[in-house]
Amino acid sequence: MSEAATNVDTIAAISTPMGEGGIAIIRVSGPESIAIVDRLFKGKKKLSAVDSHTLHYGHLVDPETGKTIEEVMVSVMKAPRTYTREDVVEVNCHGGLLSVKRVLQYIVRYGARVAEPGEFTKRAFLNGRLDLSQAEAVIDLIRAKTDKAMNVALEQVGGRLSKQIKELREELIEVLAHIEVTIDYPEHDVEAVTHEFLNKKCTHVSAKIEKLLQTAEQGKILREGLQTAIIGRPNVGKSSLLNALVQENKAIVTDIPGTTRDVIEEYVNVRGVPLRLIDTAGIRETEDLVEKIGVDRSKKALREADLILFVLNMAEPFAKEDRILLELTEDIDTIIVANKSDLKARLDLGEVKRLKPSAPMVKMSLKNEEGIDQLEEAIADLYFQGELEAQDMTYVSNTRHISLLQQAKQALEDALNGIESGVPVDIVQIDIHKAWQSLGEIIGDEVSESLIDQLFSQFCLGK
Amino acid sequence: MASPDQQYDVIVIGAGHAGCESALAAARMGCSTLLLTLNLDAVAFMPCNPSIGGPAKGHVVREIDALGGEMAKNIDQTYIQIRMLNTGKGPAVQALRAQADKVLYQQRMKETLEKEDRLTLRQAMVERLIVEDGVCQGVVTKTGSKYFAKTVILTTGTYLRGKIILGDIEYESGPNNQQPSVTLSENLEELGFELVRFKTGTPPRVHGDSVDYDQTEIQPGDDVPRAFSYETTEFKEDQLPCWLTYTTEKTHQIIEANLHRSPMYSGMIKGRGPRYCPSIEDKIVRFHDKPKHQIFLEPEGRMTSEVYVQGLSTSLPEDVQQAMLHSIPGLKKARMMRAGYAIEYDAIVPTQLWPSLETKKIKNLFTAGQINGTSGYEEAAGQGIMAGINAARKVQQKEPIILDRSQAYIGVLIDDLVTKGTQEPYRLLTSRAEYRLLLRNDNADLRLTEIGYEIGLISEERYQRFQKKKSLIEAEIERLKKTKASPDEKTQAILQEIGSKTLSNAVPLDALLRRPEVNYEHIARISPPSESLPRDVREQVEIQIKYAGYIQKQLQQVEKLKSMESKRLSPDLNYENIRGLSKEAIEKLSHVRPLNVAQASRISGVSPADISILLVYLEQMNADKSEPLSS
Repeated sequence: MSEAATNVDTIAAISTPMGEGGIAIIRVSGPESIAIVDRLFKGKKKLSAVDSHTLHYGHLVDPETGKTIEEVMVSVMKAPRTYTREDVVEVNCHGGLLSVKRVLQYIVRYGARVAEPGEFTKRAFLNGRLDLSQAEAVIDLIRAKTDKAMNVALEQVGGRLSKQIKELREELIEVLAHIEVTIDYPEHDVEAVTHEFLNKKCTHVSAKIEKLLQTAEQGKILREGLQTAIIGRPNVGKSSLLNALVQENKAIVTDIPGTTRDVIEEYVNVRGVPLRLIDTAGIRETEDLVEKIGVDRSKKALREADLILFVLNMAEPFAKEDRILLELTEDIDTIIVANKSDLKARLDLGEVKRLKPSAPMVKMSLKNEEGIDQLEEAIADLYFQGELEAQDMTYVSNTRHISLLQQAKQALEDALNGIESGVPVDIVQIDIHKAWQSLGEIIGDEVSESLIDQLFSQFCLGK
Repeated sequence: MASPDQQYDVIVIGAGHAGCESALAAARMGCSTLLLTLNLDAVAFMPCNPSIGGPAKGHVVREIDALGGEMAKNIDQTYIQIRMLNTGKGPAVQALRAQADKVLYQQRMKETLEKEDRLTLRQAMVERLIVEDGVCQGVVTKTGSKYFAKTVILTTGTYLRGKIILGDIEYESGPNNQQPSVTLSENLEELGFELVRFKTGTPPRVHGDSVDYDQTEIQPGDDVPRAFSYETTEFKEDQLPCWLTYTTEKTHQIIEANLHRSPMYSGMIKGRGPRYCPSIEDKIVRFHDKPKHQIFLEPEGRMTSEVYVQGLSTSLPEDVQQAMLHSIPGLKKARMMRAGYAIEYDAIVPTQLWPSLETKKIKNLFTAGQINGTSGYEEAAGQGIMAGINAARKVQQKEPIILDRSQAYIGVLIDDLVTKGTQEPYRLLTSRAEYRLLLRNDNADLRLTEIGYEIGLISEERYQRFQKKKSLIEAEIERLKKTKASPDEKTQAILQEIGSKTLSNAVPLDALLRRPEVNYEHIARISPPSESLPRDVREQVEIQIKYAGYIQKQLQQVEKLKSMESKRLSPDLNYENIRGLSKEAIEKLSHVRPLNVAQASRISGVSPADISILLVYLEQMNADKSEPLSS
């Protein structure tokens, strides 16, 4: 069971809707909340020493490297006069997606657990904070949020991440089954499980987890989905297109509850196709590259794309820059977006078609909100006809996943330490099993029976 | 009006390993008890392997002993060999296993039953239960006798509609050609129980004089004196060895050539067999690449030459069995004395039971052992003692004793059965226990003696001895924590001798003991206790200190479990009325009717969200209950 009903642990989540700019709040609740944030906080006073219900300015600092993470305002509220009736700390920081996620990750790394959907409210209720008339609302909340989060989580892990996690678990379960068989069938003629063998396996899996975690920490690619680049000359309407796609699909995207609210803005679900739109900053950067640094680096940026939305201005003739950019798309799936169809057409679409015969073409007027539907249809067509395929979908972005991966890695490190100091195999097993469980929680796999199934399918046992 | 001879507190049906423990526990707890068996010469019969114990199973035997049961004492008096398994591994998984003298084992158990006050042992075949208004009142035998009791325990093993299958022959039978019980099975169906068909099997036996032991490897018992029971003080020294040999390519050829004659593959066998106990034909088919399989030759007793051929469980025809035997080194001239066979039988779907082992359908009726879908003597006995205890407590109008998963393997076993059910004959494995490090072979007494004493199965004298042991352990651990080893000449010399780093400052003894290469004996040399301590105390001190970190981790998990266990669910709860539960959860919860939230969370199909909703619901109920006070 992933959600402990006992409120003995400390939970954390981003508690403000995500958006560029402004302030975001990360709420931490539970017995360790003050201590955890205190480990990261550097201000005039230690948080453990301040009065309840006070606000403090300072910085969050990585305790290991001493590097500043964020400039923050921290409010400390001690039980019981808080929303959850537990000790609560709220960290106010800059609202940018990356910085908020980073802060949450640090808080989780130093002892909190990412809250389950609706968990703050549930705690508030269980601790007697909400009155009975609200009980039914709480139930609806848990049900709705959990179901939705589960759907979202399933969507997220449907791709290569879940495949990789499954592979790692497979490796671990083979090791576990091997250990178990030597325990439950001590006289059976299977190879003994040596410390060298365990060391090799644990090191291997641990390294792979580390690699997954790195994709998360790079913060570059934050979510599974088709990496979609919107390119075009300046002022053809790229930003408007991005905004239109995001707005159109916002209801699906930003309504993701609690913990999973973190990775939203650049992720849109267009008619069932997950797209990761290169965010505005990225596009500006691409622009810069094309204009100032030249073609080479923009090539690199495009190489990572799974889909290109190539935006042209219908009111202007096909320009030399357009041609250079179009050549850059090479064999990447491309949709030509002919914007500003509301203006007098001066663009020769026939020429574009000749240059890129495979690309579907959509006329639109972003200004008049025309053509978006057709574009979405074109995207969906490409995807569902199997033309589009993601290059590399293994990105870890969900904070809950990150924290579970970290737990798994920690457990493997504990196992390796145990191996090092000569602890018996069945005790090392405890940590390996923990790692296997943590990985299982990411993909929501049932735990107990599968080990026993493995045992009997892998080894020939019996009297 | 029933005569006194017909009226009891507890009736137990079946005198196998479950029934014996049930009857003894009930009688020892003060209940007048009737134990009925089909055949008085088959009390505590071992129709399959002649051994008791092993990983998880041996743990259960010790747990039975700590609760005041009989199996441990009985095997200690009748074994022909005893060994500690997994000695190269950690303390949690070391396990005792003994080879039994089958006949002696039965005789001693029968004698124990006969000697027990308040216990009546009688040969009779029970044909049906007397049930009125959903309450079990007694039983009716084949001869028409009626016996009445406040509680009834069914421990019928593999006898329910038992059918032996051997090659293309099949006939109604209990194990080893005992009389099967057909009408009782029908009666259970009439009463509304859902039954399931399981299958198990046994290998052939050969004459020991016809075995060429030179072709095999000897497997002796341990030199160190060992026993299952905490009360055993005399240890058998004269032990018999077992022998190891292997199947050959020829064996595999014989099996493959005759697969079409196997009832497993011809479709004659319909019952589901256990994966952990496959027949040799199964092993060959499923693990085709494995060139040879182990075969252990185990003597069945001191007064017989019969040898059990472990690893060769089969239902192939007799002539094939003979040929298989002759293809194995050491058995070239072996004379088969009994053929192996497969047996099918009825079992009750165990989710129809409360964790007390009382059935949900019929009040005052308990079931234990193989009828509940388990396999193995130890699993049967573990359920048997719990059913006996709880049937007796029901008579005495006391709450049932339910061991949880952090307390005992017996708890794991029963919880698995009643919460998850089983798709095949259930065998305990250490990997089924999530708190394996807490459920050790060495600490069964520390875990359970207290309970055994409270329910009246542990004598005052034994309890006092246990208390003394406990306080010695605690005092010594305390001493090691408080006393420091100083870097003096003696200490450094001892550390050097065992290849451990010498000290630069004084270090607490417990910290020193945590070093992998240091054991308690070294510590006792560096700083001896005021009086020398018994072996089991020294062992506990070492384990509890050395593995403190890991034990602590598991204890923290147990704390979470306990808090969920403390949230009780009423058995009559109508889950349909709880808003927000998923459809699947309602269905599963209504079927299993868990007694607390922890148990609910282990039911497959009940999600964390459902558990959250249950918690909110419980909170609501509590608040409702307290409200009338204020209004």
